[in-house]
Amino acid sequence: MDCDAFYASVEKRDNPDLRNKAVIIGGGKRGVVSTACYIARIKGVRSAMPMFQALKLCPEGVVVRPRMDVYVETSKAIKAFMKELTPAIEPLSLDEAFLDMTGTARLHGAPPAVMLAKLVARMENELGITGSIGLSHNKFLAKVASDLDKPKGFAMIGAAETMDFLRPRSVRLIWGIGPAAQVSLDKAGIRTFADLLRWDRKDLSARFGSTGERLYHLARGEDRRRISANAPVKSISKETTFFEDTSDKDILDGHIWRLAEQVADRAKARGLAGRVVVLKLKRSDFSALSRRISLRDASQVADRIYRAAHELFVAVGNQGPYRLIGVGISDLIPEDEADRSGDLLDPDANRRADAERATDKIRQKFGNDAILKGRALR
Amino acid sequence: MKISIERATLLKAVGQAQSVVERRNTIPILANVLIEADANSVSFRATDLDIEVVDKTVAQVDRPGATTVSAVTLHEIVRKLPDGALVQLTDDGSSGRLTVEAGRSNFSLATLPREDFPVMANAEYGANFSIESKVLRRLFDKSKFAISTEETRYYLNGVYMHVSDADGGKVLRCVATDGHRLARIDADLPAGAETMPGVIVPRKTVGELRKLLDDDDVKIAVSVSETKVRFATPEITLTSKVIDGTFPDYTRVIPQGNTRRLEVDAAEFAKAVDRVATVSSERSRAVKLSLDEDRLVLSVNAPDSGAAEEELAVAYGDDRLEIGFNAKYLLEIASQVDRENAVFMFNSSGDPTLMREGNDTTAVYVVMPMRV
Repeated sequence: MDCDAFYASVEKRDNPDLRNKAVIIGGGKRGVVSTACYIARIKGVRSAMPMFQALKLCPEGVVVRPRMDVYVETSKAIKAFMKELTPAIEPLSLDEAFLDMTGTARLHGAPPAVMLAKLVARMENELGITGSIGLSHNKFLAKVASDLDKPKGFAMIGAAETMDFLRPRSVRLIWGIGPAAQVSLDKAGIRTFADLLRWDRKDLSARFGSTGERLYHLARGEDRRRISANAPVKSISKETTFFEDTSDKDILDGHIWRLAEQVADRAKARGLAGRVVVLKLKRSDFSALSRRISLRDASQVADRIYRAAHELFVAVGNQGPYRLIGVGISDLIPEDEADRSGDLLDPDANRRADAERATDKIRQKFGNDAILKGRALR
Repeated sequence: MKISIERATLLKAVGQAQSVVERRNTIPILANVLIEADANSVSFRATDLDIEVVDKTVAQVDRPGATTVSAVTLHEIVRKLPDGALVQLTDDGSSGRLTVEAGRSNFSLATLPREDFPVMANAEYGANFSIESKVLRRLFDKSKFAISTEETRYYLNGVYMHVSDADGGKVLRCVATDGHRLARIDADLPAGAETMPGVIVPRKTVGELRKLLDDDDVKIAVSVSETKVRFATPEITLTSKVIDGTFPDYTRVIPQGNTRRLEVDAAEFAKAVDRVATVSSERSRAVKLSLDEDRLVLSVNAPDSGAAEEELAVAYGDDRLEIGFNAKYLLEIASQVDRENAVFMFNSSGDPTLMREGNDTTAVYVVMPMRV
């Protein structure tokens, strides 16, 4: 199940004046589009586009600041509906989840297609949110199906028709095939699934490494990944792609801080902390750099994650311009075993961590923008 | 070159050489030891480009000369030879092989030309002084456990040796810290050291230096420049680059106002910490110290593995205090105490704690508590 322009739909639901307007969710003039409603999408507005560009394409667009708390609340309500269908739910984000409907037909006295149709109908009636359903025999195909006739879509890919469906389609359908992978597939003459099917397993592995193995199976419509409600989290990371490649240290540093803060937020929400901090950079030519550092004391504090990532960034030196930057933590442990000791040489570290916890409380009460570090404005 | 040398002497020289050479290096000659024989002595020289060690020893030299051969291989061979064997090293200068003979054993090893061997450039040493082996040993032995392994703070990857002011005047001081614990060890300032620049002696050099200091009565000649440090016994000369960085101002790290005093038998304390830490989590190794009038309770509570508690009779007369530490750090500093009781000076459960031996201020340790 994948909601249609989720944030925008919530805003339109709560403010009927917006119903027939082009709604763009995002922050500030210098911000980035996080979601655009379908009216705005017709004009070419896409998520992750800089706001000024979005407004150039769609000058009549109404920019709305995201209200995360409302989205979270709506998402929880949707999840409660889904739980009535199956316990095996794997949320991908607030507005998107895999549901394993295997063996539920007898329980509900109706096949999954019926139950899923009822689910979206209920979401629309009770919550005012529309969603699209993709029903198939594995995760890969279900995801593909959910995008087939959005919005308010309902698409099914049966086992028997899988191959006929895939063969003529572009390999871009595959989740995780970004522009870089696209280029290397193009070079190998692989555009459609039919092209991919002509390759044997060994050659794919030799050419694309571990991705090759995955491609081999996906080409045949095979995906054995399970839907796991509580898949143990191995790492938490956030990354951002720039619209213009940059090697400006201050801009990059501002991104490192914002990403560290997002990673810390997620870690705090899950009660986890990381013993390793990872910095990821992608250059203009798509070559990637990744650096990691072990913390002696695991952390979920943005300030510590930022400082570690910043040190890694300084150590990398200027190898830009970069098109993407990412910050993450891994080697996760429960939060009560983290941030337990200070640094003799940085006596203020604990005070900064305390300040951050106080900031978190203020944000919980008054919203995310209630208090910001100056660094976040860069 | 043709020399005869006693196996034990050779083993010692080659042993030092093979620990200096870099195991994983891409320059083949750096894996080799340079053997140079003149009229009646032989020197063994090894380097990793940061450290150079030269061991000069007496041998029967039949034909002077020089060659280089794998330090690790030569060491392995000599190690496996029987005790008391007389070893003959022969290099005819043209075959590119070094012959190693002892009794009925015979080895032929590949060599590389001596000209390719990098010899460390000589430095202008601004300060030269002589110090007793046991004094130098104390300075480094008691501080090296606190050396950091963190790569980003590379300037902490060594012992900061410098001249400092102490209560009784100027001292020769060694400091090491990794941000969690700190060791500050003082010794009387030897004549000639006054002008010494402060240098950060890298971890590996500290390890190599230790091998020079086993003998109590030897005087070590120390030379220091801004970029290099040299330690020499009559036989062995160890030269090392120092870490190019600024050691942080450690003086502000050492708490001055801690008033809560705990005195405890260090050995008993260490054993008790070790016992209760058995059940602590592998990751945090947290031990809680609960202090009350003349009573210390050590406890560990690890949800996954269990709990432990042990009580010790101590001298403590201040307010109740609960404070947590990493067991490993407590054990390390407690094991530095060898003559008197360990004296801990606490402030609060969040502040750095100071530890020393009795009232001896020439060896002071600081350890950061952890939340328990």
